[in-house]
Amino acid sequence: MSAPAICTRAVTRDFQAGQQTITVLHGIDLDVKAGEMTFLVGESGSGKTTLISIMCGILWPTQGEVKVFGTDIYDLSDDELVEFRLNNIGFIFQQYNLIPSIDAASNAAVPLMAQGMDREEARMRAVAMLEKLNIGDQAAKLPNQLSGGQQQRVAIARALVHEPRLVVCDEPTAALDASSGRRVMDLLREVAVAENRACIIVTHDNRIFDLADRILVLEDGVVTHDGTEMPEDH
Amino acid sequence: MIWIAIRMLTGDAQKFFGLVFGIAFSTLLITQQLTIFVNLLERGASGVYNVSSADIWVMDPVSRTTDVAYAMPSTALDKVRGVPGVEWAVPHIRANASVRTKDGDLEGVAVIGVDDATLIGLPKNMVEGSADVLSRPDSVIIDDVGTTRMFPDQSPIGERLELNDQRAVIRGIADAIPSFTSTVVLYTKYSNALNYVPGTRNRLSFVLVGAEDPAAAKTLSERIERETGLKAQTREEFARDGVQFIIDNTGIPLNFGITVALGFIVGVAIVGLTFSLFIRDNIKQFGALKAIGVTNGKIRRMVAAQAGLVGLIGYGLGVLGTVGFISAFSSDPTFKGFYIPWQIPIISLVAVALILGLTGWLALRSVLKTEPAAVFR
Repeated sequence: MSAPAICTRAVTRDFQAGQQTITVLHGIDLDVKAGEMTFLVGESGSGKTTLISIMCGILWPTQGEVKVFGTDIYDLSDDELVEFRLNNIGFIFQQYNLIPSIDAASNAAVPLMAQGMDREEARMRAVAMLEKLNIGDQAAKLPNQLSGGQQQRVAIARALVHEPRLVVCDEPTAALDASSGRRVMDLLREVAVAENRACIIVTHDNRIFDLADRILVLEDGVVTHDGTEMPEDH
Repeated sequence: MIWIAIRMLTGDAQKFFGLVFGIAFSTLLITQQLTIFVNLLERGASGVYNVSSADIWVMDPVSRTTDVAYAMPSTALDKVRGVPGVEWAVPHIRANASVRTKDGDLEGVAVIGVDDATLIGLPKNMVEGSADVLSRPDSVIIDDVGTTRMFPDQSPIGERLELNDQRAVIRGIADAIPSFTSTVVLYTKYSNALNYVPGTRNRLSFVLVGAEDPAAAKTLSERIERETGLKAQTREEFARDGVQFIIDNTGIPLNFGITVALGFIVGVAIVGLTFSLFIRDNIKQFGALKAIGVTNGKIRRMVAAQAGLVGLIGYGLGVLGTVGFISAFSSDPTFKGFYIPWQIPIISLVAVALILGLTGWLALRSVLKTEPAAVFR
């Protein structure tokens, strides 16, 4: 059996609220496999954003161990961790966070440029990715000239252009109607799910639960369900 | 990434122009005010600079500048001439007088009497006429400040003046550096000046000295002091004292200093506020970049590139504005001969670098403090 893409062991995370210490995650043990679309589901305040942030190396756990493709990411130095994220993780943010003053192709090319690739070459590869997402003809447009769905595709292109091994999506369908949401999810399945790539989606949109290969339900900082379908009581 | 940083900045035209304006305004204020300050201070030495041939100025020990001088007895001239190493020594008188023009206007003027035989003491260049005109009776040469002020729409040549109740005829215009107070100056022969300016028994303001060895002027000035009991200063020393007198006796350094400081503070305020707003508006994008894998070092370079671009354009515009200002007013005698010393643009550049360094650092702090995880909230 191959090693899991992500492996968390006894991950705990505390936050300080004044004098009070609030524990948001309580010893999470989790394995996420490559080649699957894994949903992380839970109510607001359940700890799913904290967990996803820890799993992709942008928030330190208070305790525990996180391995991404075999690398204990919190054993890395700060710079090594940033480098690791740049080379191995693609992010799709809920609000896209595109840079408003550069065109779609340049936005999609940001990770490649951050890796040091020549701008023109990075743009060419980004345009190819945009074409794969059926918005190649929008490559020269600024984000404010694109519809919400098109902006999201640009964000997806940005997450995938550097061929990361882990793709993390934060509420990808939250701002979309049901049919647009499904189209985005179909698209993600088509381009983001691969044999050597893990794809984790944080969501509480029950309209798309049937598209998951695996659903992890988080409640009060504890994984209460791990299966291919949502539990009956949700 | 630098390209992205520049596009982020220029894409927000309002803030970009606000930043450029802030830097340009600060640079203009600092450069222009320092330029005027330095040039005004140098006016304190204009009397010395106008007499380029004198290596040493000899005066009463209490005299301080060309305009603040205590008269000496005429025997001082002979004493100086007797000092070894003196090639020549000529008398020089500077005094105030009143002029009534033919239109009945009253003008306070400075009368400068130059050596009758050699005309040493006159400015080197003439705007109109020649120095020889002083050999004609009642002749005076007016400086260009006087021309502009007293004869704005006509040539002063041939005009008669009532100078301290005596007749004077303008027969030339000297190309002189104006004095600190831009007083009208009339040049005439020493013997004429004694008539025009009534006074006490002692009338000799200065003895101008040419050294046999101009390179040893300092040694000669010390010898003159030793042997005559008078005060003797080299041209450079006396010019410096003229500048120092203005620094010590006027509020100019403080006033200009306040204006320059205001330029700096306004720059910090405008640029700091705009830069902070720009960063705040883009904090999500910076957070996303950090999450994606852009290091803090790269973020620093991005903000530095943004600051550098704003600084370069703003500074260039500010210096150009100062050059434009000086050029536009160059025909005005008040600003005659004004120039921008090379040190001033460097001082402005340092000020701009400080403004951008300070405001950039403050703005950068919020970016660096932003946790990448914030983009998921």
